[in-house]
Amino acid sequence: MKKINLAVIASLLVLAVLPMMYSLNANAADKETVNSLATLRDHTPIDVQKEPNRIPKVINKDIKQGRNYPMQPPVIPHTTRSYEVNKYNNKCMSCHSRHRTEKSQAPMVSVTHFMNRDGNFLAEISPRRYFCNQCHVTQLDAEPLVENTFTDMHSLMNEKSKAKSEEH
Amino acid sequence: MTINRRGFIKANAIAAAAAVAGVSVPAIASNLITSSDMTKLKWDKAPCRFCGTGCSVNVGVMDGKVVATHGDIKSPVNKGLNCVKGYFLSKIMYGKDRLTTPLLRMTNGKYDKEGEFAPISWDKAFDIMAEKAKDALKKDGPKAVGMFGSGQWTVQEGYAAVKLMKAGFRSNNIDPNARHCMASAVGGFMRTFGIDEPMGCYDDLEAADAFVLWGSNMAEMHPILWTRLTDRRLSSPHVKVAVLSTFEHRSFDLADNGMIFTPQTDLAILNYIANYIIKTDRVNKDFVSKHTNFRLGETDIGYGLRPEHPLEQAAKNNGKTAGSSTPIDFDEYAKFVSTYTVEYVSKLSGVPEHKLEALAELYADPKIKVTSFWTMGFNQHTRGVWANNLVYNIHLLTGKISTPGNSPFSLTGQPSACGTAREVGTFSHRLPADMVVTNPKHRATAEKTWDLPEGTIPPKPGYHAVLQTRMLKDGKLNFYWVQCNNNMQAGANINEEAYPGYRNPKNFIVVSDPYPTVTAQAADLILPTAMWVEKEGVYGNAERRTQSWYQMVEAPTGAKSDLWQLVEFSKRFAIEDVWPEELIAKKPEVRGKTLFDVLYKDSSVGKFSLDEVPEDRLNDDARDFGFYIQKGLFEEYATFGRGHAHDLAPYDTYHKERGLRWPVVNGKETKWRFKEGSDPYVKAGSGWDFYGHKDGRARIFALPYEPAAESPDEEYDLWLSTGRVLEHWHSGSMTQRVPELYKAMPDALVYMHPDDAKKRGMRRGDLVKLISRRGEVQTRVETRGRNKPPIGLVFMPWFDASRLVNKVTLDATDPLSKQTDFKKCAIKIVKV
Repeated sequence: MKKINLAVIASLLVLAVLPMMYSLNANAADKETVNSLATLRDHTPIDVQKEPNRIPKVINKDIKQGRNYPMQPPVIPHTTRSYEVNKYNNKCMSCHSRHRTEKSQAPMVSVTHFMNRDGNFLAEISPRRYFCNQCHVTQLDAEPLVENTFTDMHSLMNEKSKAKSEEH
Repeated sequence: MTINRRGFIKANAIAAAAAVAGVSVPAIASNLITSSDMTKLKWDKAPCRFCGTGCSVNVGVMDGKVVATHGDIKSPVNKGLNCVKGYFLSKIMYGKDRLTTPLLRMTNGKYDKEGEFAPISWDKAFDIMAEKAKDALKKDGPKAVGMFGSGQWTVQEGYAAVKLMKAGFRSNNIDPNARHCMASAVGGFMRTFGIDEPMGCYDDLEAADAFVLWGSNMAEMHPILWTRLTDRRLSSPHVKVAVLSTFEHRSFDLADNGMIFTPQTDLAILNYIANYIIKTDRVNKDFVSKHTNFRLGETDIGYGLRPEHPLEQAAKNNGKTAGSSTPIDFDEYAKFVSTYTVEYVSKLSGVPEHKLEALAELYADPKIKVTSFWTMGFNQHTRGVWANNLVYNIHLLTGKISTPGNSPFSLTGQPSACGTAREVGTFSHRLPADMVVTNPKHRATAEKTWDLPEGTIPPKPGYHAVLQTRMLKDGKLNFYWVQCNNNMQAGANINEEAYPGYRNPKNFIVVSDPYPTVTAQAADLILPTAMWVEKEGVYGNAERRTQSWYQMVEAPTGAKSDLWQLVEFSKRFAIEDVWPEELIAKKPEVRGKTLFDVLYKDSSVGKFSLDEVPEDRLNDDARDFGFYIQKGLFEEYATFGRGHAHDLAPYDTYHKERGLRWPVVNGKETKWRFKEGSDPYVKAGSGWDFYGHKDGRARIFALPYEPAAESPDEEYDLWLSTGRVLEHWHSGSMTQRVPELYKAMPDALVYMHPDDAKKRGMRRGDLVKLISRRGEVQTRVETRGRNKPPIGLVFMPWFDASRLVNKVTLDATDPLSKQTDFKKCAIKIVKV
């Protein structure tokens, strides 16, 4: 069986060539995902550290991202730097509230946001939904370290539908 | 190509126009699947995998895969809401690097501590584990084997582990990572009330007039409770929120009174409030005289460092008497706190006098119902038990306790810190239902329930979390099994203790995890582990709510639950391997049996047949062992608490309910303990009954402010506080593998005051090194964003496996609770 490609515990020997290995490992990490170790550390031994990358920029393209399933809160496709959301102000609502969307062309907050704890609709956003940043997050321009194999229910349905139509 | 919003709208307007004009529409739009046999999802409830809030989620399964999750509308905890992590639960099991085979360090096909990881079979994995455990037992006896578990273990897993370690291997060297999390809260409860866990519940959130957050950043760490608090504050304008912390964070967005205090001076602020209540004559004299008594606690108790450390050499009372106290009366107590004047405490803490007074008034005013919340700020504190005692003092002096809205409430960080770590008693000194190994009656009770001979359970507490890593380093703990946690990333001072400990050639380290964590990287054997809804289990949240779930999907082939691993491993030990002849002689019928037979199959654990597992349910563990093991473990465990104020409902009930808060007596849960009318254990006519202590009284402790273990000096000139973030759960081993969460918060940065950065010639984004007396870590400077530290303090979260801040932290602990203080050590920061 295949051995795991991994610089395990730092042997002092390895240390000398480490700076070179990092760049190599960075590439190796993309390919070697299944069962390789230290994936989140880019195969770096525990007693050394890979040079931290630069702070990535917030993705600010204003393009809606797809959702993994209908109930997923949409991610924020723009920067929110210096947006005040506190007990006096909610900057997000200056575009996303019901009476602002006509002007802003931003999506209106979902109807669920008007419901209180007991499921009754209020005239304004429910205070339990007040802090938008508890569910909605911006995305930084960073490449995920590990691929995620989550399956969209839509692709499962399509497969089944296809299989069924082929039966007929 | 980049495209901005305007360009995008323009491009789409053309497409829309084309559609209106009858131009062909994309195939997908005309091909909507509506047939119910295709679109149907199988929904089931489960508690969230993350924090101690204990939200219930609905999990949607299609074709054997979790395809969606959302907040459970029927759950009283979250009423349909989740936080951003909770909404992405669907993806935590699907990181591409899930482990699917045991991996052993080998050279030329043989185990080698310095070898490289290579796949082996489960059978071979158990062979080498059993060999190493037996070697250790033979050489140095039960104290040479140990286990580090978790508040993420299910109740059943924790219970099976306690039985295996304390009765099977006869070693008390089992401790949960919850030691890092809420051991000080446990210490506080036991000392003040004689019984563990909050008296109040989350219903207090809708009843309180004021909330005080003591070092807790609920906005990020307990987001769903924060939504309930926000709901209360914003919908009822008279409600006030006070937030205390050593740096400004998101919870300050809602604060009416935000206070930044110098680390460790929370002790003085708490005593000032007690003094204010007394000086303004607002002590609830009737309550205090009937339901409390006063104690003077031991002081100068050290910092839980290694005995040779100068601070331990200097401490007068860091021995066995550190937790002792003597009775005093009210006047003596009043005199004790009288030195904590507003002037003195304001100067010490840096909090303006008017803010301290406004805070004290929330507690003192008899008309204000006040709820206090705390988590790591109090608990990860070298005087954590004291801090817990001191906050109870002010609730007891005013009688603001155990009634709706009046609630000193200790929050938890893990999904079953309460249910598993505390209630089951997976600590090195504990047994189920608040019992302890040092008490002969408690040991006898456990031995009787377990049907084992007298003298099976060793009477001396085992190694606690921090002591375990020290003993690994010292080569005294040689077989070590880590389940359900990531201590090489989470433990303090890993450079000097845990890392050399794991790599000590004398030791064999086993790590069970779904993913290759930093801890797995440091192990000798890695066991691939099933997680969350890949198994059946029970969790207990911070408000005493016990919640169960069914297995909903298969684990990846090769991965097995922690429970399966524990119980399967027990088959490798004949009773003669682990018990001395004189113990076996007391119960000869165990001769020739395995630990599996004695502890599980032939005990009451084995008495529920597979017929009780619903036919349409997966349950790989039960079907593999041939009996309904989760029910058996739960029911046997529940016998410890029934009739002893820890009553649990029958196991099957929990599969129907959205959890119930114990004690559950005659089918009814308990919302407020110790109060007549809401707690069935309270004596009639007493009003309140703190029955954890024999005299029915809670204790008010006179305890002083004492300084931190390490404070900034000329060379190491900054305080370092570590902590968590909203987007990742603890060490990030699950959430860093969800792309949306990773991209929301990819790296742990060091949050600094802009002036502190400027003074050192640094700007946002600069590469810097955080250096302490113990180690260093590199990261980038952040001078803006959600955390705003004061001058002289920096904050760096610990979720980032690639930037291990715990190389820098200090392993000082509360000498009473043995919990590490991750919030205070001295560092310097230099540009790289």
